[in-house]
Amino acid sequence: MTAGTAQNPILRIDGVGVTFADLKALQDVSFTVAPGEKLALLGHNGAGKSTLFKCVLGFLKPAAGRITVAGDAPGSDHARRSVSYLPEQVAFPRMLTGIEIITYFARLKSVDPREALPLLDLLGLAQAGRRRVGDYSKGMRQRLGLAQALIGKPDLLLLDEPTSGLDPVSRREFYEIIDRVASEGAAVLLSSHALSEVEGHVDRIAILSKGRLVADGNIKALAEAARLPITIRIKAREGQADALSDRFGGTRINGRSVELSCEPAGKVDLVGRLTERREEIDDIDIALPSLDDIYRFYSNRAEKGDAA
Amino acid sequence: MSPFTKIGAVASIEFRVALRNRWLILATGVMTLFSLALTFSGAGGLELKAGILTLAAASLATLSVYLIPLIALLISYDSIAGEVERGTMALVLATPISRGALLAGNALGLIAVLAIAIAASLAISSVAAMAVYGLDMSGLAAIVRLGLTGLLLGAVFIAIGLMISIASPRTGQAAAVAIGVWLVATVLYDLALLAGILADKDGVFTKALFPYFVTANPGDAFRIFNLTGLQNAAPVSGLDGIANTLPFSPVYALAGLVAWLVAALAAGYVQIRRLTP
Repeated sequence: MTAGTAQNPILRIDGVGVTFADLKALQDVSFTVAPGEKLALLGHNGAGKSTLFKCVLGFLKPAAGRITVAGDAPGSDHARRSVSYLPEQVAFPRMLTGIEIITYFARLKSVDPREALPLLDLLGLAQAGRRRVGDYSKGMRQRLGLAQALIGKPDLLLLDEPTSGLDPVSRREFYEIIDRVASEGAAVLLSSHALSEVEGHVDRIAILSKGRLVADGNIKALAEAARLPITIRIKAREGQADALSDRFGGTRINGRSVELSCEPAGKVDLVGRLTERREEIDDIDIALPSLDDIYRFYSNRAEKGDAA
Repeated sequence: MSPFTKIGAVASIEFRVALRNRWLILATGVMTLFSLALTFSGAGGLELKAGILTLAAASLATLSVYLIPLIALLISYDSIAGEVERGTMALVLATPISRGALLAGNALGLIAVLAIAIAASLAISSVAAMAVYGLDMSGLAAIVRLGLTGLLLGAVFIAIGLMISIASPRTGQAAAVAIGVWLVATVLYDLALLAGILADKDGVFTKALFPYFVTANPGDAFRIFNLTGLQNAAPVSGLDGIANTLPFSPVYALAGLVAWLVAALAAGYVQIRRLTP
């Protein structure tokens, strides 16, 4: 199941299980995150994402399995110095200023506040630094939360649904900074249930469903393994739609278009055959399965497995 | 960086939040009003047997038993539970700060708030009284002793308030428990002791156990220590009559307060180690 390729992962999760009363919150979850890698942990509400984060932070002790953060047990001094955490919708004391918050967390992390304060500039909060957090917009509060998480260049960033509720522009800026931090060597583990949000921003996805890890890999590999069909839409030249439809099958739409679907392995072959008929074709559109399709496939498969 | 830097960082943030939330100004204002009122009403315009500040110290000792624990519990009950509820506690506990340093920082920040409120209110009322009635050096010593032991009493209830705050999953519940503790510690406990004396009529309870039961209560211990210090200069009544017939040194009353502080902090430490944000 594990697709971690690096030799020295920052985060190693090995067969972790957590049980609350009679609910199995996590069962035999294993994966790793390497330096510089961005992994999105996907799952519905209640799938176990937050429980897993609490285990990595050392707030919860798993009943089974083992977690190491930078080689040490979660919650140990060394592990806590290596990891930074940003919860969903952080609420700092409203009466404090951005500068006071960053100074406070820098001291807690044994970092000179003078080194940490430039993070406010990086996140576009230089002007707002002297204002009280109570006057900040939601996007500004989340950026302040990220500034807090970046203090002291952590090896592992744990971001719990970091962009939920952000507008598209703020979201893009947020991921630009995440990209920069990852390119400097930090491992990033972020959770999300808004799948479209993480597509294009992460290297790998892991899917949790009812406490079990049902997929782990890069999007392309997962898509291939799922063998989800690729959709090819052909726009025919004037009067050629019927001929194309007779030859290739598929569904006719909008009078001039034909929609074909094929398995990933048959894609090249099909496109090859299509180009032989290029004089009949005006345009070709190839749609790969989206992350939503892949997510639904793995999540549903796990639920069917449960019922069986 | 030493753990003291982190304790200092937590204490300074706790102090700033209390300052910006107007707790400091509110506590100082209420205590100043009460000390001024008690100081001048104690004088009563009559010819005084004792100095003005000695009389004020006696009245203030009785009032402080109610007011200081109330303020201490009010500024502390939300401290941890509120941060857990708002989600900032998870952030703080994810950083490499020890749970003990976090508790110590919170306690110190709040004790600083109370120290300023007590010092300012006593200073204002004493200066005003001496401006009107003249210097009273022995009374001033009683006021200083009252302030310092009042801070100790406040620290006990800040530690108790923090313990409640850590153990409560919601701030609403913490507030309810804090008010309950205040009622029991300042009102119901003394009522129960009085009932015991009335029922017992000079029996074993009244003669042997009563003084220990009284000094076991932090508020009563504080009051008895301060009233014995006044050496019959001020009129005492009710439970405080014990102050003149205490079978042990009043210093033990002070030791009782310190024991309460240590016990409450230890209980808070046990709780905060188990805290899951």
